[in-house]
Amino acid sequence: MTLYDIFLAPFSDFGFMRRALVACLCLALGSGPIGVFLMLRRMSLMGDAMSHAVLPGAAIGYLIAGSLSLTAMGLGGLIAGLSVALLSGVVSRTTVLAEDASFASFYLTSLALGVLIVSLRGSNIDLLHVLFGTILAIDDNALTLIGAITSVTLLVLALIYRPLVVECFDPGFLRAVGGRGPLYHILFLVLVVLNMVASFQALGTLMAVGLMMLPAAIAQLWCRSLAAMMGVAALSAAISGYLGLIASYHFELASGPTIIMTAAILYGLSILFCPSGFVRRVIRLPHLTG
Amino acid sequence: MTTPLLTLDNLTVTYDRHPAVHHVRGGFARGSLTAVAGPNGGGKSTLIRAIMGELRPAEGNIRHQLKRSEIGYLPQAAEINRRFPISVIDTVLLGSWKTTGAFGRIGRQDRQQAADALAAVGLFGFDARPIGSLSAGQFQRVLFARLLVQDAQVILLDEPFTAIDARTTEDLIGVIGRWHGEGRTVIAVLHDLDQVRRHFPQTLLIARELIGWGATGTVLTDANLSKARMLSERWDEDAAICEPAA
Repeated sequence: MTLYDIFLAPFSDFGFMRRALVACLCLALGSGPIGVFLMLRRMSLMGDAMSHAVLPGAAIGYLIAGSLSLTAMGLGGLIAGLSVALLSGVVSRTTVLAEDASFASFYLTSLALGVLIVSLRGSNIDLLHVLFGTILAIDDNALTLIGAITSVTLLVLALIYRPLVVECFDPGFLRAVGGRGPLYHILFLVLVVLNMVASFQALGTLMAVGLMMLPAAIAQLWCRSLAAMMGVAALSAAISGYLGLIASYHFELASGPTIIMTAAILYGLSILFCPSGFVRRVIRLPHLTG
Repeated sequence: MTTPLLTLDNLTVTYDRHPAVHHVRGGFARGSLTAVAGPNGGGKSTLIRAIMGELRPAEGNIRHQLKRSEIGYLPQAAEINRRFPISVIDTVLLGSWKTTGAFGRIGRQDRQQAADALAAVGLFGFDARPIGSLSAGQFQRVLFARLLVQDAQVILLDEPFTAIDARTTEDLIGVIGRWHGEGRTVIAVLHDLDQVRRHFPQTLLIARELIGWGATGTVLTDANLSKARMLSERWDEDAAICEPAA
């Protein structure tokens, strides 16, 4: 087996592999930076919760469309995800529950509701597809949707970059200068949900956050500036997507989990070898003079 | 006396109906340098936050003609994420928010101002350092540099020297003196009374009730201070409703 057979042939031979690769690269570009901001806002688990919240909306879309139509399911997921994000924000501001507690109760409700709705009409196969994604079945419509979401994500991030950074870093200052922090917070949540809807067909609701949080964690281990973090996150997500697809092709593994496992392996290697990592603690370098 | 820049008119601020600031009246003159002193839990921070508009008065009001951008504010325990990957110079540049806003361009002049402010607080050459690598004192210097860039008419500082080393405190008191010299109005919550006596001409002594407000020497008397202590120890779970005095 030549290197060509291993690394390029799957994509030159099969259209579905090419589409899967393009989808992965798009997702990586959008989800990487989004994940970095989620992590810096200390909202890593919130992202997880929101991905579950997308499920009932997607399931209702599935019921209405009667098939695994990404447009219907995406739209349903978008509405459900945003409602849960906003509702739990309202609950945490008006009751004694902290935001993570109200988030947890909302997403558990949504997850239960979503699985119920899917099992009402669909088969177990459908449920598996919704939960874990079908990246090899991505059609041109789905690809267009993913590409559009990635473009919007990057444009909006570029536009609201400064206020979003300040809102993450020093929300009190933004309030004091009258900078409308909540507006940017909500815009950011919209981007998070949009990217989850995009990852949804590829990786399923349960692992949609995988391409956000693992690359973000990798980036945080290696970089100290925000720009570098976003670059490294997008790059490691793209590498995970590419290597994951190749591995799943040759070893006949399910693609979504293989992609996330690849990201997890990169994460493990980073923990070992990053500047503050395990290896540096064992092999100690001499200190500098100043 | 001319009209004060900032007037507290019968100001009462409550937490769960218990007053933290109770019927305070008075004014901050333009260009004054005032220390806000008093026992712990005496309503010092509450007063500052009410002036900033973060807390709504339960009664009375705060009158001023200032725009939001003309008030600079350094909160007590700033809810700043100190591990955020942002550089010292970018933090200081946020002080130009008044001119740049959320989307405006940061020009050469803004950069020059930020660099000058960093030098003024003794952090020359720290531009590219991530804020996570700074000590508490150095970080407080950065926040003062940001205030310098903000170029605000009124500057509110809430316990700016808590857990800050003596050398930094001395330098930053120098910065406050510079603001005073430039005719800005500075209001600072402090608990070190020696510091107040040495550097602050005006003092507002508060223990929920206003105990004294005026020249520091006449306010920080033994009688006033023991009155403040007594008032601060009084806490009545079943306090009656406060009837307006005739």
